[in-house]
Amino acid sequence: MTSDTPLLQLKGINKSFGAVHVLHDVDLSVWSGQVTALVGDNGAGKSTLIKGVAGIYSFDSGEYYFEGRAASVSDPKDANALGIEVVYQDLALCDNLDVVHNMFLGREETRFATLDEIEMEKRATDTLKSLSVRTLKSVRQQVSSLSGGQRQTVAIARAVLWNSKMVILDEPTAALGVAQTEQVLNLVRRLADSGLGVILISHNMNDVMQVADNVACLYLGRMAAQVRIADVNHSSIVELITTGRSGEIGIQADDVMAGGVA
Amino acid sequence: MSAHQTTDVDIPEAGDRGGIGRAVGDYFTRVKGGDVGSLPAVLGLIVLFLLFTALKPETFFSFFNFANLLNQSAAIIVLAMGLVFVLLLGEIDLSAGFTAGTSAAVLAVALSSWGMAWPVALVIGLLTGTVIGLFIGVLVARLGIPSFVVTLAMFLALQGVMLLIIGEGGTIRLRSDVLLAIMNQNMPLWAGWLMWAVLVLGYALVSWRAISGRRKAGLKATATSVWLAKSLSLAVMMGVLVYVLNQQRQIVRPGKESCPAVGDAPIGCIPVIEGVPWAVLVVIVLVVGLTFVLGRTSFGRHVYSVGGNAEASRRAGINVKRIRIYCFMIGSTLAAVAGVLLASRDNSVSPTTGGAQTLLFAVGAAVIGGTSLFGGKGRVLDAVIGGLVIAVIANGLPLITQQSGIQFVVTGLVLLVAASVDAISRKRSGSG
Repeated sequence: MTSDTPLLQLKGINKSFGAVHVLHDVDLSVWSGQVTALVGDNGAGKSTLIKGVAGIYSFDSGEYYFEGRAASVSDPKDANALGIEVVYQDLALCDNLDVVHNMFLGREETRFATLDEIEMEKRATDTLKSLSVRTLKSVRQQVSSLSGGQRQTVAIARAVLWNSKMVILDEPTAALGVAQTEQVLNLVRRLADSGLGVILISHNMNDVMQVADNVACLYLGRMAAQVRIADVNHSSIVELITTGRSGEIGIQADDVMAGGVA
Repeated sequence: MSAHQTTDVDIPEAGDRGGIGRAVGDYFTRVKGGDVGSLPAVLGLIVLFLLFTALKPETFFSFFNFANLLNQSAAIIVLAMGLVFVLLLGEIDLSAGFTAGTSAAVLAVALSSWGMAWPVALVIGLLTGTVIGLFIGVLVARLGIPSFVVTLAMFLALQGVMLLIIGEGGTIRLRSDVLLAIMNQNMPLWAGWLMWAVLVLGYALVSWRAISGRRKAGLKATATSVWLAKSLSLAVMMGVLVYVLNQQRQIVRPGKESCPAVGDAPIGCIPVIEGVPWAVLVVIVLVVGLTFVLGRTSFGRHVYSVGGNAEASRRAGINVKRIRIYCFMIGSTLAAVAGVLLASRDNSVSPTTGGAQTLLFAVGAAVIGGTSLFGGKGRVLDAVIGGLVIAVIANGLPLITQQSGIQFVVTGLVLLVAASVDAISRKRSGSG
């Protein structure tokens, strides 16, 4: 892969919920300017890993480096302060507010204790422009009137509004039609091209092959492999997801035996 | 971007939005899209007003009744304003009526038994409401008990508290000329016009500053013609209101004369009653202040967001529980203000103050005005429009029929119609 220091580097992450050991010695690296796809079957630990990165859970053990420095993230605000933003699958938008209000929700710009609508609208418009979003009629549209793809766009734009360095996208295309999926994938690619580190959680191998630079595959709470997308194909990723190995890459049988009973 | 997207409109478009024609067109588009807002209430108000005027021209359509109607609606309107905050969260406060009564009782006791000066007693009365709201809010937000249950319990408990304070069947006189003046005295004529000028100029200036600020920033702004039309219609509407209220309301019959403003009054003269009731000023100040809080502050924005999507608000770092508690505190404090108005109107506090249909009228006022029962949609002004609708019904129906049964049925049906409009418009806008 690249020789640069990764933007985000996790080493030997472990996380248990009571007796259930969800993550076993997981390593993950995310580089600026690249899309890292995070794949794995349901229950493989993708959500737990992401929520740990975002500060919603804290990891039991392991090292967390951001921009090469050790970071301690135990609260979503810590992650935001580092420049990490998460776009959840349900988008977390308020239907009854407009696009600008949603993008600044909880972090409104104020002047003399009153909302600075002009500043917020300008920044929201600039951000959408920088992402080449041309599918919104007005930034003062209520979110309830937007299509699924437009909502996804607003949620992603909100994530990059804060000079963020890394954006985590949780299945952004899961509920979208063909044209809208295409739009959102283009947007994901542009995020990375503009220098952000992107983690893309997806169940859709076409999406992964189309936009990802590298793919990290979780299998039963272990990182089966993190490989460049050029080194794998559609079926080998599916193999990694379902069995944890594919030829030379992935968890070898004896590894599983060694740590299987945790 | 791919070719098929080139037809999409680019986001920033220089220049203003279209003129009046465009603004009216946009409004109808919104209404068709399910966002009816206060439109049904305003239409209803006009229809009811014309109906009662046609049926009872001499009694309903008189200067005296007009002022009387505003006085009748003031307490309901203020109570409804408080409920708007609670309804915006998708919650309900069934105890608001008795919160009003209890606060008024505490106020009356503070004035008469404890002999306090009226400003101190007023603060204690209002704080009573705030504390009740804090209690309800903590139970709802922290313990997660549905507000319906908490406030139903408070509905009963506060009735009991009122009885304990006032004593069975008793009444406490409101011993404060200042507080009695709110519902029984009128502003001097010049003060009414001063209020008109401040309101109209204030609105015109503030909205113009917003427009010019947006233009300077290169953002779309309301067209000057639309701004002018809005400012002028506010000036005309408020002007008519002040003008009508500044007329002598007592009917001077032939052979009798009006009492002189100063000096000894001849026996049998007709007293002069003219001027804007002080209660109207109270309502206007509250509308302006609370509209500012809801529309222009982060807190207000968070109230809407929590009502629209509490989970999204929580993830955005908003302290959802605190917002909930504050809203119940604001609601109950406004209920206490309504209690002061009720006590001022009756000159006293009795165990029925804030009881009977007071609460249902207030909920009806908020909902009829266009505040959604599902949360996230509503304005303080809705409470005023809805409150006027309720007051016109409550005032006009008894002139037509003496049967209170019909009055209850009609008021109930109006509330049901308003709730149906709310539910249907919610379905239309696709957020249901």
